[in-house]
Amino acid sequence: MDAIVGQPLDRVDGRLKVTGGARYAAEFPVPGVVHAVLVQSSVAAGEIVAIDTSAAEGMPGVLAVITPENAEKLQADKGGEQVVSRPTLQDMQVLYNGQHVAIVVADTLDRAQAAASALKLTYKQDEAVTTMDSALNTAYRPKHFRGGARSPDSNRGDADAAFDAAAVKVDATYRTPIEHHNPMEPHATIARWDGDRVTVWTATQGISGAQHTLATLFGIPPANVRVICPYVGGGFGCKGSTWPPATLTAMAARKVGRPVKLSLTRRQMFTSNGYRPRTVQKVKLAADAGGKLVAIRHDGMSQMSMPSLGEFAEPVGLATEMLYSCPNVAVTHRLVGVNAPLPTYMRAPGEASGVFALESAMDELAVALRIDPVELRLRNYADGDEHEDKPFSLKNLRECYRQGAEAFGWSQRNPAPRSMRDGRVLIGWGMATSTYPANRRPAEALVRLQADGSVVAGSGTQDLGTGTYTVMTQVIADELGVSPRRVRFVLGDSTLPPAPGSGGSTTVASVSPAVQAACAAARQKLFSLILADPQAAGLTSADLRLANGVVLAPARRFPLSQVLARAGLEYIEGRGKTEGPPGGHSLHSFGAQFAEVRVDPDLGEIRVSRYVGAFDAGRILNAKTGRSQLIGGITYGIGMALLEETATDAETGRYVNADLAEYLVPVHPDVPLIRTIFVAGEDPVLDPLGARGIGELPMVGVAPAIANAVYHATGVRVRDLPIRIEDVLG
Amino acid sequence: MQSFGYLDPADADAAIAAAAAPGGKFIAGGTDLMQLMKDDVEAPTRIVDVEKLPYGAIEANGSGLRLGALARMSDVAAHPAVQRDYPVIAQALLASASPQLRNMATMGGNMLQRTRCHYFRDTGFPCNKRNPGSGCPAIHGENRLLAILGGSEHCIATHPSDLAVALVALDTSVELQGVGGARRTVALGDFHRLPGDTPQIETVLQPGELITALVVPPSAAARRSAYLKVRDRASFEFALVSAAVALEMQGNTIADARIAMGGVGTKPWRLPAVEAALRGQAATPENFTAAAGLAVEGAMPAGKNDFKVKLMQRTLVRALSTVAA
Repeated sequence: MDAIVGQPLDRVDGRLKVTGGARYAAEFPVPGVVHAVLVQSSVAAGEIVAIDTSAAEGMPGVLAVITPENAEKLQADKGGEQVVSRPTLQDMQVLYNGQHVAIVVADTLDRAQAAASALKLTYKQDEAVTTMDSALNTAYRPKHFRGGARSPDSNRGDADAAFDAAAVKVDATYRTPIEHHNPMEPHATIARWDGDRVTVWTATQGISGAQHTLATLFGIPPANVRVICPYVGGGFGCKGSTWPPATLTAMAARKVGRPVKLSLTRRQMFTSNGYRPRTVQKVKLAADAGGKLVAIRHDGMSQMSMPSLGEFAEPVGLATEMLYSCPNVAVTHRLVGVNAPLPTYMRAPGEASGVFALESAMDELAVALRIDPVELRLRNYADGDEHEDKPFSLKNLRECYRQGAEAFGWSQRNPAPRSMRDGRVLIGWGMATSTYPANRRPAEALVRLQADGSVVAGSGTQDLGTGTYTVMTQVIADELGVSPRRVRFVLGDSTLPPAPGSGGSTTVASVSPAVQAACAAARQKLFSLILADPQAAGLTSADLRLANGVVLAPARRFPLSQVLARAGLEYIEGRGKTEGPPGGHSLHSFGAQFAEVRVDPDLGEIRVSRYVGAFDAGRILNAKTGRSQLIGGITYGIGMALLEETATDAETGRYVNADLAEYLVPVHPDVPLIRTIFVAGEDPVLDPLGARGIGELPMVGVAPAIANAVYHATGVRVRDLPIRIEDVLG
Repeated sequence: MQSFGYLDPADADAAIAAAAAPGGKFIAGGTDLMQLMKDDVEAPTRIVDVEKLPYGAIEANGSGLRLGALARMSDVAAHPAVQRDYPVIAQALLASASPQLRNMATMGGNMLQRTRCHYFRDTGFPCNKRNPGSGCPAIHGENRLLAILGGSEHCIATHPSDLAVALVALDTSVELQGVGGARRTVALGDFHRLPGDTPQIETVLQPGELITALVVPPSAAARRSAYLKVRDRASFEFALVSAAVALEMQGNTIADARIAMGGVGTKPWRLPAVEAALRGQAATPENFTAAAGLAVEGAMPAGKNDFKVKLMQRTLVRALSTVAA
């Protein structure tokens, strides 16, 4: 039988999704549910000095008005997965504009909204720091960089001395803006208490994290918290931590003694669950006349909230440490605290922003050296990870450059800026390297082989829309010799065996080996039952093969139904486990991004007109969902390059474009036909199946490829994202 | 959103009487009003649905084009006579919003579309237009999208409509019906008001007064017209700068010019000085550039929208070159 893994199988949940049958957090029919509405601060810094709830409490249908004055006291969460460390509604201090200051519960949503707007809060306003750029001199060293696992700084050789002595140099500052994830599904939670047990239906990328955080905050054992989330309407990082809205819903449900539902508005999504912070990055590159890098220095600063809310440092320099071969490399990470909400992970955290700076600088170096940008990268190719001093588990980046360049037609490029035109329109070709760590974390899975040959399997993982249901179904189909139609894989329920949060492209490499091991365990149990049967005399497990509910052996066959009936079993269960990543190798995926832009020389309009991305991401478990990830990631990158920016009013610290009419993401005419290439290769070090996660890799390097193309088209080097009309108007 | 009453009277007099009373507000397609109500920017206590009124016709004949106030943007854009004799109108419509919105939004509603100024649309900010006298943080704030022409110290909010720019260029007039059956016609160019010190008053409409039709006179210029819209995103975005240009040509000489621009003014911005400068001139790049210089006279950029001064001139030159060619 041909392997099911790898095939472009349609999503197994596709029909449910397009017919509205897939149930998202806010859609669960929970009897007796009442509605909550959040109230948020309108000042960026200060203290609440008075809360007048009298009008709101007297309104029809109102069940509770919860403010810092009457909110349940919560335990601080010290959970490792969470960037959010400050429980909510615990004091009167206001640290950003849009902070949650009350939650109002009523029998209907309309009545809750009306009461929420009748709440009167009086503030004592303090002076606020609202923009990062006005506070760069206050930059500080992160206290818990990468969860405390390493220093925010690194050094190899002497980057400053080598830079000073070098022949050819680039020294530039790059800036990326605040961006918001904006998944289609806003955050939503329904919470229901039964005594001291709570069930929470919530839109999350991590049911285990939600379970442990809520247990800690409410002082109950994790076993008393059940988290259910079968579908996520996009997360991109903003549903990775358990943010205050989920906690407040549970608090409100406990207070009113009824199930409570809270669904955020789009505007509230901008201040309630993180964002990609603004960065200011200074990059210095130096090379010898032959284009060999002799020094790299990358000093990254990222914007933070006030420190008491938690800590999130955008790790912009990590890729810089390992992407190129260079004897002298220095990297630093610093934070700048402002009166803003807490930032968080957003698709390709660190790499998306950091590689924009590094790969723009590499393009500037190629121009200074008069070397082709692809050739410059080949001359500095890192065969091993010089930062970790380890071999790569798999690195086919050279093939990505070669296949990507060929598909794009890169050899036809005239290197001179403004040299390529279509009529009056300026054409620019740019490229950049992509990289993202290949991650794996401990996970467990359970598989039940049933008498009729069908399989039920599960793991407490998530499907963010990326295809977890589908690829796990494929893995099981191959392992147990069964059609994917006879496999039912369940996830998104904390009563299932635990799995890590879906972030950092970890799900496939963490969960698929656990599923595979669970299948192997079930199969082994089945074979043991058969081998104990006198009819199997003379056979060993090497003689047995399971296919379509029958175990086949030379000249003999054992239908599953009979084996199970004889053993008095309804099903055979196998459990499997994945450990954390192996230590001997550096684990990274790679890619090469090639973009063509068309720029109107008079009007400054920039449009991406062609795109090729070639990726080295191990074995692809599903060619269709895999390609969808690449297209989605590249589209996300086009938004980062040309459109996305959350603008802050400097006076009040309030976001001004907090809706989808004014926060621009690409629409269809902004996205050209995207050619995607998976470079062949398997990574058995990370995953016995040879696979890696690919959720984030495809967006890394898109913004610099486009920025480099804009430079090639116009001769204008834009170092601040997004690149807009006024930047190239001349 | 606040609670409100709903009426859908079958005759205009009843609708007008209901809307004239305090708290009354007309609704047709609802594509803008519903957003504004959800965001508490507008909180009418009674909405008066005019969709049952007989103002949806599109009539085109030798005496011009008459667009019923309730005609849908999509229907007008697809009308053969509009496409043939008034291409600037069809192009402005197709450059607006999205197909879904154009299927709902009406001619009359489009004239009354409210500004996209971020500060106006978020009740967390003061705004002189929403709450007179509360102040305008936009002028010194995030003003990239805001107007460079027609502003005052109280408001520089941009008028958002594409269609209104095309119609103002073509000397359109607005037919109105008021309380007690009073009817009057005003030039669209006089229909929108500059903000001055009363930015909350955006048009010359009296309480309860209803737009019933937009009337566009025929012209040779209208037949040779185009709409150019410049924006960051390729579709579904309001104009950073746009130009509606209609030219009557005699050989290479401009016999008549009608020009208005969008994205730059606090109302659809007609450019009579540019038109006068072009009349009788040859259609040359030099003449276009010189005329475009007049377009930005009096411009008062606010910082982040400084680029609009240059972009406005370039957009106009491009539109003139395209239409003249």
